[in-house]
Amino acid sequence: MDREIPNIKPQAASIFDPWLWKMAWRDSRRSRQRLFLFMSAIVLGIAALVAINSFGDNLSRSVDEQARELIGADLVLSSNKEINKSTEQFLAKISPERSREVAFPSMVLFPRSQGVRLAQVKAIQGKFPYYGAWDTQPADAVALFRKANQNRQRVALVDDALLVQLNAKPGDSVKVGKLMFYVAGRVMKIPGQSAVTTTVAPTVFIPYGFLPETGLLQRGSRATYRSYYQFAPGTDVDKYLKTISSRLDKLGINSDTVTERKEQTGRAFADLTKFLNLVAFVALLLGCVGVASAVHLYVKEKVASVAVLRCLGATGRQAFLIYLIQTSLMGLLGAIVGALLGSVVQLMLPAVFGSFLPVDVVTEISWKAVAQGVGAGLIIAILFALLPLLVIRKVSPLRTLRSSYDDDVTGRDPLQWAVYFLIVLSITGFAYWQIRDWKMAVGFTAGLAFAFGVLTGIAQLLMVLVRRFFPVSWSYIWRQSLANLYRPQNQTLILVISIGLGAFLIATLYLTQTLLLSRVQLSSSGNQANMVLFDIQNEQKAGVQQLVKNHRLPVLQNVPVVTMRLTEINGRTVEAIQKDTSAKIPDWALTREYRVTYRDSLISSEKLTAGKAPYQTNDQVYISVEKGYLERMKLKLGDKLTFNVQGLIVPTIVGGTREVDWNRIQTNFLVVFPKGVLDQAPQFHVLMTRVGDTQQSASFQRDLVTHFPNVSAIDLGLILQTIDEVLEKVSFVIRFMALFSIITGLLVLSSSVIISKYQRIQESVLLRTLGASRRQILLITLIEYLFLGLLAAFSGIVLSLFGTWALAYFVFEVPFSPNFAPLLAVVGIVTSLTIIIGLLNSRGVLVRPPLEVLRAEA
Amino acid sequence: MSILRAENLTKTYQSGGRTLTVLNSVSFEIQPGDTFSIVGPSGSGKTTLLGLCAGLDRASSGSIYLNNIKLDTLSEDERAAVRNQYVGFIFQNFQLLPTLTALENVMVPLELRGEKRAGKTAQELLERVGLGQRGHHYPTQLSGGEQQRVSLARAFANRPKILFADEPTGNLDTDTSATVVDLIFELNREAGTTLVLVTHDLELASRTQRIIRIKGGNLVSDTLTGNRIATN
Ligand SMILES: Nc1ncnc2c1ncn2[C@@H]1O[C@H](COP(=O)(O)OP(=O)(O)OP(=O)(O)O)[C@@H](O)[C@H]1O
Ligand SMILES: [Mg+2]
Repeated sequence: MDREIPNIKPQAASIFDPWLWKMAWRDSRRSRQRLFLFMSAIVLGIAALVAINSFGDNLSRSVDEQARELIGADLVLSSNKEINKSTEQFLAKISPERSREVAFPSMVLFPRSQGVRLAQVKAIQGKFPYYGAWDTQPADAVALFRKANQNRQRVALVDDALLVQLNAKPGDSVKVGKLMFYVAGRVMKIPGQSAVTTTVAPTVFIPYGFLPETGLLQRGSRATYRSYYQFAPGTDVDKYLKTISSRLDKLGINSDTVTERKEQTGRAFADLTKFLNLVAFVALLLGCVGVASAVHLYVKEKVASVAVLRCLGATGRQAFLIYLIQTSLMGLLGAIVGALLGSVVQLMLPAVFGSFLPVDVVTEISWKAVAQGVGAGLIIAILFALLPLLVIRKVSPLRTLRSSYDDDVTGRDPLQWAVYFLIVLSITGFAYWQIRDWKMAVGFTAGLAFAFGVLTGIAQLLMVLVRRFFPVSWSYIWRQSLANLYRPQNQTLILVISIGLGAFLIATLYLTQTLLLSRVQLSSSGNQANMVLFDIQNEQKAGVQQLVKNHRLPVLQNVPVVTMRLTEINGRTVEAIQKDTSAKIPDWALTREYRVTYRDSLISSEKLTAGKAPYQTNDQVYISVEKGYLERMKLKLGDKLTFNVQGLIVPTIVGGTREVDWNRIQTNFLVVFPKGVLDQAPQFHVLMTRVGDTQQSASFQRDLVTHFPNVSAIDLGLILQTIDEVLEKVSFVIRFMALFSIITGLLVLSSSVIISKYQRIQESVLLRTLGASRRQILLITLIEYLFLGLLAAFSGIVLSLFGTWALAYFVFEVPFSPNFAPLLAVVGIVTSLTIIIGLLNSRGVLVRPPLEVLRAEA
Repeated sequence: MSILRAENLTKTYQSGGRTLTVLNSVSFEIQPGDTFSIVGPSGSGKTTLLGLCAGLDRASSGSIYLNNIKLDTLSEDERAAVRNQYVGFIFQNFQLLPTLTALENVMVPLELRGEKRAGKTAQELLERVGLGQRGHHYPTQLSGGEQQRVSLARAFANRPKILFADEPTGNLDTDTSATVVDLIFELNREAGTTLVLVTHDLELASRTQRIIRIKGGNLVSDTLTGNRIATN
């Protein structure tokens, strides 16, 4: 008996088996382009990740390198209180190299252009900035300004934004308070200040020596007093600061050092980078969904080959590894291309973020960012590709005998659930890596899952509905294109998800922006005030009121304001509470300057929630506090608050609380005193009026500045404009990021169209053989993409309407009434893009003669 | 000792709550070197039987012994190893891997066994089937007959003990069929391989030594044709 010992050990399948790599390589030869196309979907996501990460790295390095220029000095001390003699002596001793600055809001007027508005005035003395330099036009304007203090020249520098807005230019004069200054130059950039800061508070710089003569610093003016110091090189500023910190605390002086600012700025931008990273990650995930669907189609095509390999003796694992190697290599290629692209894109980012950046960002390739982007992208992409690839393990060799055999690839594979689990885990892991907060990371994943879920639901519902209510009576072309939506290997799901998510991002962005603006605009409706005049001194009250009347404007409200500070809560001093970390009362509430009015009743924008309106009995002062303030201060009715009203100690009792509608332009107060307590205290007045058009507003403001230079006017138009400008800058950044998602969506669309091309070719060849004209086939394709695009765009917009409504209702608490016209535009654009990309990629199928097409694609 | 032994092979399918019996207790035994054909009307269960014998599928009951290895208890991967060691296949629709060249297609079974000189052996085989010059061509660049000759070269590449062929000429015209069939028998004789042939073609079947006929899943006859191994 020559009985052989049967050798039935299955082929050991190791990823290191060179044959597997050889097979992966050989097998890819004829479909390499297509394989790369699958992976092109992740290119943009990875590019975005790498770009943002590189930018973040470069930014934090630049912040480190230019840290001293962030504040322009070694130490900055600032206070909201006027500096008295003894404090001044103390401040002067800190370092011989000191620059002083007083900053406050005031009206400024440019007589030549007649431009007028509320601006920030900074009176400066000394060599500040010690680090970094002013960027002015003309460049020698700084030197002129520096000498102005000694030479007693009335020279001013003005922020570029302000000059542009008020149509003024260097060489003009500017009226600040009672004085006229010569505008020596426009300020393009100051160390440590971003363009956004200047948008919010454009500044006029004047020499410190002229401050008293402007007549602007009066009681009640909200001014900030700053001292900038430079120390001898090598001084440990932070250590020195510790020695004087208790004194500073007592004086109510805040300090800022290079180290602190560096940390703050670093943290702020790290947060921004993380947020953007999440947006980039969404683009990557979109791409991954595309990868999964492309690989799914690819695997379907390869099933026959796998069955043959199995027949010839390959194990399921071997076959699986061949295709895993193939897709992973292509993924790696896609990731490398993405990293390259990302490194190029990051060169553009300083321009994109320009207006937010306090430092000049020096861009260079960050290998860390490249590695992270490639790593994260590759892992996620491979996980997504694994979902369809797993099926290969189960392909039965029986398929070689029976083409219709399908039992092997249907049915659930437990490993598939494991992969799903890994995907969720890695998404959450990635989110955690970025935001370091498990709750938010899980929230991010859940939100994504919700969005994907809704879009998937919509797509599936569509397929079911079309099939159920198929319009049998419609023309052939419509029926055929509708049928394409649910035929096997349809692209409905993948396209609705990817394009829908893109549309969702854009629409949400737009809706949130209008929501924020409408919140402000709301206040200008009806006969409500849209201009506030403040800092009106007692003796000016009558005069200002007369001026308002002369301009035929209404006096809607005229309230006295008294400034004071809190000294005790229920007998405990503010200092004691501040030190008590368990008290959890916010610092700002303890140290701020309170602006308080006095009256015995509530006004229309207020609602009593508990207790009574302010009142006075037997020398007891019962005040009313705002509801949110009550909660944050952990107060209850009957608690005792003691205020220092400009030297006079006034004990009070919390007698009531009220809700305030902050959405209206109104003088809203945290604390309201009863009449009869503060009437004799030093006070100023706030007057509200309603102006018509901008012209009326400007002419009134000009008159106001001329007669009452210290009175400030702020009008709603200005606020709206400022918010709009800031939002514009923010949304530019977000739009830039959304672009990645949209383009990824279109790439996914292109690749899925190209991947299903062969199937389409066969169909259309068949149709043409059956006598369909080229035009008819074109129409069928067009209508199919029209449906897909419309559906995807609508789903995305519905999702974003829902999201923004939630935002409006829960966060901003404003009524939500979106403007639908621009949303329709989004639908239009997204749908046309879908159709164009779809048709462009099907072009080959449509224009060439059937047989030639079949040969070429076989 | 037999190379292939089927014992009470039964295959049933469950469809729509009904049990469909495709093969009903089929038994036979084939000796090494035999040529053997399975004939029967369409839908009678020939392909099903072939799939079971080659270990591509599992029987509902009954056993298959291939080279004395009981296939029913082996895992799918173990059966794959058995196929690689002992079995060669020829299919009606050739089943060449479309992404590999002719030469690479022939190399696959050799490489799967980790053979070092796969390229050289494969080239010799291609020359034997008359396609020595076409090794670098892809299947789409070959005619049906040429593709089937490549698949023949591949089937013999691992020196199988038994060769299964399901309608090997089903997709070929008469002249090409004749060439391919001659080649099958020649190679088979040279290598001393056992041949199991499924066909409609009674003339082709009569060239084998033994014919079994199945009908409706039942083995209805088992006849010797009088052909002897070394002749035809
Ligand atoms: N997965 C399955 N489920 C249900 N019935 C099946 C399945 N596979 C095969 N059959 C049935 O089994 C029977 C035998 O099929 P088989 O393919 O073996 O026939 P055949 O003799 O090879 O026919 P042909 O000469 O046409 O190739 C057929 O009736 C077929 O419909
Ligand atoms: Mg058959």
